[in-house]
This record gives sequence, C-alpha cells and structure tokens, in this order.
Amino acid sequence: MVIIQTDDFDTTHEYALLRQTGPGTGAIVTFTGLVRDRGDCNDVEGLYLEHYPGMTERVIQGLIDQAAQRWSILDARVIHRVGALALSDQIVYVGICSAHRSDGFAACQFIMDALKTTAPFWKKEITREGGHWVEQKASDQQRTEHWLDQAPD
Amino acid sequence: MNSNTMTVSVLFFARLRESLGTGELQLTVPSATTVDGLLTILTEKGGPWSQLKGGAPVMIAVNQTMTTTSTLLQDQDEVALFPPVTGG
Repeated sequence: MVIIQTDDFDTTHEYALLRQTGPGTGAIVTFTGLVRDRGDCNDVEGLYLEHYPGMTERVIQGLIDQAAQRWSILDARVIHRVGALALSDQIVYVGICSAHRSDGFAACQFIMDALKTTAPFWKKEITREGGHWVEQKASDQQRTEHWLDQAPD
Repeated sequence: MNSNTMTVSVLFFARLRESLGTGELQLTVPSATTVDGLLTILTEKGGPWSQLKGGAPVMIAVNQTMTTTSTLLQDQDEVALFPPVTGG
C-alpha cells in the first residue's frame, strides 16, 4: 500500500493495520522520518515537498515489489507526505510485516534507501533567507547502490 | 498535426520548474524525435532553457518511467524533466 498525502499520519493506526496481517506475522519493522532543523542549511525552519503524482506511487510500489522478491515479507505500507512541513513533522513511514525480523529489517531499509534516490520527490528547505532546493547526496546514492551490489543474480 | 509531426507533453519539476517559469508544455515536434532531440529543441529557446543541456544533471522520465536521452518518443508521450530526487 502506497499513500501520498499532505496530512499527517498516525503511526499507532498504521501499526494496528499491520497487526491485522495474520498469525504468519512474527515481526513488524517500522521506520518514521521526521523534519530536522539541519540539512544543506543550518537554520531550517521547515520544508516544502514537491512530487510527481502518478510516477511517485508507481516507483514506490515497484520498490515494494522488489523487496517482496528479495525477502519474505507479508505486507508493506509506505506513506509519504508532500506540501508544507514544519520542524519535527513526520515526513515518511515504512511499515513491514514478515515472519522473521531479518527480512523485515532488510526490506524496510532497502525501501527507504531506494525511495530516497528513485522516488520523484524534491525537498525545498525553508530558512529565514528564503527557500533552497536540497541537493541529492552522494552518500544516499551509495546506499542504494550497496543494495544493488548485494542483489541475487 | 500531420503524420510528420507528433505532440508530446513535457513536465518540469522543482528547481527546473521554478527557473524555467513553467510546469508543463505541449509541444509539436517532428516524428521520430528522441529525448535528446527534444532537449535540443527546448535548449534553442535560449536563456534559462540552455541549462537542459550541459548544465546540472537533468533526470528524464517518459510515461513515468526513468529513461535516457536516446529514447525515441511517440505521439502523446508524457516526458518529465527534473533534478536528482531528494525525498525521504
């Protein structure tokens, strides 16, 4: 399930939905990303997130499908917010159900790493001086490539 | 439109959308134009459009799938041009 929305999300509700997957689930791994006060600029007051409707959902669903091929997962929920966000706001949520924790941890980390370098979102940091489009980090690219290096043939 | 031309929509996002002053264009281009050919046509508009070639990296999606400049465009294709992504 992929959801792109401007509204906040409730991690308790999301966790409850993941728990309904059934008795085959032995592990739930979740990740929540928040707006930090320090990015490319040091005095960030908020973010503005733009995306490419349609392609965004398609790319993230593709990452969930890839994760399901590589690891044994039973369900995946990804939520990403767009629009204006304040400091400490929740931006992104990834929740994975799996039989065993190792599959859940790996799938969650893979989806998050690959989302950062392939899903069409763009962050603008808002500071007192105005807006600044965030540059993609080489370290993020390397984290995604690291998963490709480990992909089974 | 005749058989020698085709129409494509071109979308721009984030920094590109702001610096070009538009989010979407409908363009009539010769049939069998590649993405590279489309970039050349756009670059000829001059000014900020010249950044589409030889400037900062520009990512390309055709019909919402990432692709490269050698891709041959079809009538009614949706081409999106944008900077490297920064979500998450």
